[in-house]
Amino acid sequence: MAQRLGAPFCRRGRAPKLAAGDPLSPPAVLTALILILAGLALLAVVAVPLARFAWAGLVVHGFCLFAAAVLAGVGLAVLLAGALPVQALPLGVPALVAVDALSAWFLLLLGLAAACSALFGLAHPLAAPRLLAAYPLFLAGMALALVAADGFTLLLGFEAMSLASWVLVAADHAQAENRHAARRYLAFALLGGVCLVPAVGLLGGVAGDLSFAAIRVAPPQGWVAAAVLALVVVGAGAKAGLVPLHNWLPLAHAAAPSHVSALMSGAMTKVAVYVLARLLLDLSGPAQPLWWGVPLLVLGAASAVLGALRANLEEDGKTLLACSTIENIGLICLGLGLAACFRAADLGVLAGLAAGAALLHALNHAMFKSLLFLGMGEVAHGAASRRLDRLGGLIHAMPWTAGAVLVGAAAAASLPPLSGFASEWLLLQALLAAWRVGDLAFQVLGVAVVAAAALAAALAAAAMVRLFGLVFLGRPRTPRAAGAVDGPMPARLALLLPAALTILFGLLPGTLLGLAEGAVQVLVPHGMVERSGLAMVRVGDGGARYWPLALTLLLAVVGGAIWWLVRRRAPAGVARGPAWDGGFMAPPQHLPFGDPVTQPSAAGFGQPLRRMLGGSLLAAHESVEMARPGDPGAARVTSGFTDPSEARLLAPLARLRDALAARAEQLRDLPLTATLMLPFGTLVALLALAAWLEAG
Amino acid sequence: MTFGSTGYDIAHLLGGGILLLSFVLLYQRRLEGVIGAFAIQGGLLAAAAAWQGWMQDEPGLYVTALLAFGAKALLIPLALRLLLRRLGLHRTVEPALGIGPSLLAASALVGLSVMVVLPVTAGQAQALTRENLALALSVVLLGMLMMIGRRNAISQVIGLLSLENGLILAAIGVRGMPLVVELSTAALVLMLALVAGIVVFLLRDQLATLDTDVLHGHQGERHQGERHQGERHQGEGP
Repeated sequence: MAQRLGAPFCRRGRAPKLAAGDPLSPPAVLTALILILAGLALLAVVAVPLARFAWAGLVVHGFCLFAAAVLAGVGLAVLLAGALPVQALPLGVPALVAVDALSAWFLLLLGLAAACSALFGLAHPLAAPRLLAAYPLFLAGMALALVAADGFTLLLGFEAMSLASWVLVAADHAQAENRHAARRYLAFALLGGVCLVPAVGLLGGVAGDLSFAAIRVAPPQGWVAAAVLALVVVGAGAKAGLVPLHNWLPLAHAAAPSHVSALMSGAMTKVAVYVLARLLLDLSGPAQPLWWGVPLLVLGAASAVLGALRANLEEDGKTLLACSTIENIGLICLGLGLAACFRAADLGVLAGLAAGAALLHALNHAMFKSLLFLGMGEVAHGAASRRLDRLGGLIHAMPWTAGAVLVGAAAAASLPPLSGFASEWLLLQALLAAWRVGDLAFQVLGVAVVAAAALAAALAAAAMVRLFGLVFLGRPRTPRAAGAVDGPMPARLALLLPAALTILFGLLPGTLLGLAEGAVQVLVPHGMVERSGLAMVRVGDGGARYWPLALTLLLAVVGGAIWWLVRRRAPAGVARGPAWDGGFMAPPQHLPFGDPVTQPSAAGFGQPLRRMLGGSLLAAHESVEMARPGDPGAARVTSGFTDPSEARLLAPLARLRDALAARAEQLRDLPLTATLMLPFGTLVALLALAAWLEAG
Repeated sequence: MTFGSTGYDIAHLLGGGILLLSFVLLYQRRLEGVIGAFAIQGGLLAAAAAWQGWMQDEPGLYVTALLAFGAKALLIPLALRLLLRRLGLHRTVEPALGIGPSLLAASALVGLSVMVVLPVTAGQAQALTRENLALALSVVLLGMLMMIGRRNAISQVIGLLSLENGLILAAIGVRGMPLVVELSTAALVLMLALVAGIVVFLLRDQLATLDTDVLHGHQGERHQGERHQGERHQGEGP
């Protein structure tokens, strides 16, 4: 049975399969994977009694680090050696797991992000029992969702992930805004489940066989396909943070502990992307029409622009990073949607390019966003605040963190030769080829999406400049920021590991694309990402090329030359003087680090963009209150913005909920006969429905 | 065993008789008539159970038959008659739904249950079981209809008990149904009847009527002594 089901996975194996006698034979690898999952679940159970001891945090995070390493190792092994066949989980219910190239790619991503997060957890062991219980469960849920080979297991893992991460978001529930964030997070998680369960049911069809192999044999068609598309885009999109359903993301990431935010942003949103890719591109079959990819394309572009714009206006470091996550998820979904469209138009090479770019960007984003969140956690730990207006000048106080965050911010701003540039460049190359699809409407859409993606990339760069400048440059805005110090060695390692990987992935996009080829084949059976090597990535059949290593060399040579020239031309003996304070008077005694007003504030830095774009997109407002004549008080500028989803989507939904609740309340006031009539009428209606269905 | 064999015919006749008495219950205008029809229905149910016990060679069903006869045909009707006499009620039924419309609705419900049950069980069970299930579902639905269509508390209690008759009819028709299911259902219904009897007494005591519609005006109230507190809870919206 297992072998028969495993066939569709096996055919995609690029390299010859591992021999049975090999110590790394498929059953052994899969058994290791299942053991790790069981170990994580067991750890979640024993973490509660263990939490009384001081070393519980070390044990839990240490085991999670080990599990993450195993997950990444399994992912890498499968990517190198070929897919693992389907195997049943020993759960007592029919639950199948398998690891094909797509799962393996996301497992690798999950393992790397979780390793960084667990390292940070080791450096700052927390003792709250529910955190220690939920963290391994969160990890296990994500891994289970990734290795699932049937709809039931996929949903089981996905919901375990949602529930565990809700507990983690609600970790610091003493504060009202964290409770609010957790409640909203739970509402969106429920929405995801409510949409994904019927979607998987529809994919299972009349026979109800939920295994992926059976679904691939009979992909959805007609209105079922449209319903599946809508449900999956809403269900998985709510988890990934696609635009109208992104509202929970900035709240939840700010509320969760830093290493959990890193894992949520780096890995959990990617699991949702994996579900989107798996259900829409793989299981729904390659025979879907052109419009199949359009919702992802449009929503992705909208998310990219809105997320990047909000990142320029937020004043809390982690909220800013969460908005940047919305942008990057938008770009990834845009790539997936584009791949689906190209596939429908029989442009296999371009479809492979778009899918490869999306997968590569998912991995790169997982790394640099984990890095940025962990760096921001380190800053919050050292300087006791995440508000940009209370930080500043940390490059002197926290050089390790500053260096690592600089790498992450530069990657998020997609500067070459870092990883963000490679994947966004590939994505833009694929987008620029959108005119190759014959449909005129699609060509127009493609032009609009290119403009949106380019705008988003530029806005993201501006947001990262703002983040780094306000947090690490200038002078400290508070005494606490001046007294910050770098974290202990494990915390530095947790930052250096993703920073090193970000640089490495930036240097080797061709190698990574080669590694991802199996995963691309799953999404786009006829697509390919050939002509990528160690030194060069060549896209499509045009002449666009990217030599990351050569570019790095060039940048290094030019940079070295400039440095040398400056040193050469500089006068000998540099004297350090006090920083120029813009002509303001000397700071008063109680502000030994200078008056913060003499430095740009977070709101002031974002003002140009708020005035240019915020008015129409984010309903930004700004007003000046002058002091009354004769009043010596200062004039005050108040400015702010509201997310459009708040007013357009959530407020009407809340009104609808209240109206429905009021209607339901009226049921309590019914007379006895009507109360009896209600269940009787329902029963008769259901019987009539059953009779009608039998007759029909 | 199909149509034409004696066993089938008698079982079918008894089941049909029970259903017919459900109709009789619906068009009775006097409470004595309702109680009498209910007693006959209980007797028929006992006979049906005994017949099934003989056909299926299942001694447990004789116990069911005995219980049904003792409780449904003798004890409960007797108790209800005593109650009527004790309370000195005006003995006409006050239907919320007219007699004609309720009979029409009842016919439609029987049609519905036949349409639901017969196709579902096609090719899966014996003809007798299928017919029996359809009859039982009809009796259940008619019992519910009676509870809705009558305003008098005693009629509503009888509707509930007749609904339970339908459940027992379904249970005895299926081969291999454990005796404990039937016994526990019967025990449940006896408890329900007991509670309903107490409610009837209380209704009579406190409100001097058996018309359950009157209860609507007193929704959300507590005991007399606590009424001033209870009124705060009454009809409070969100």
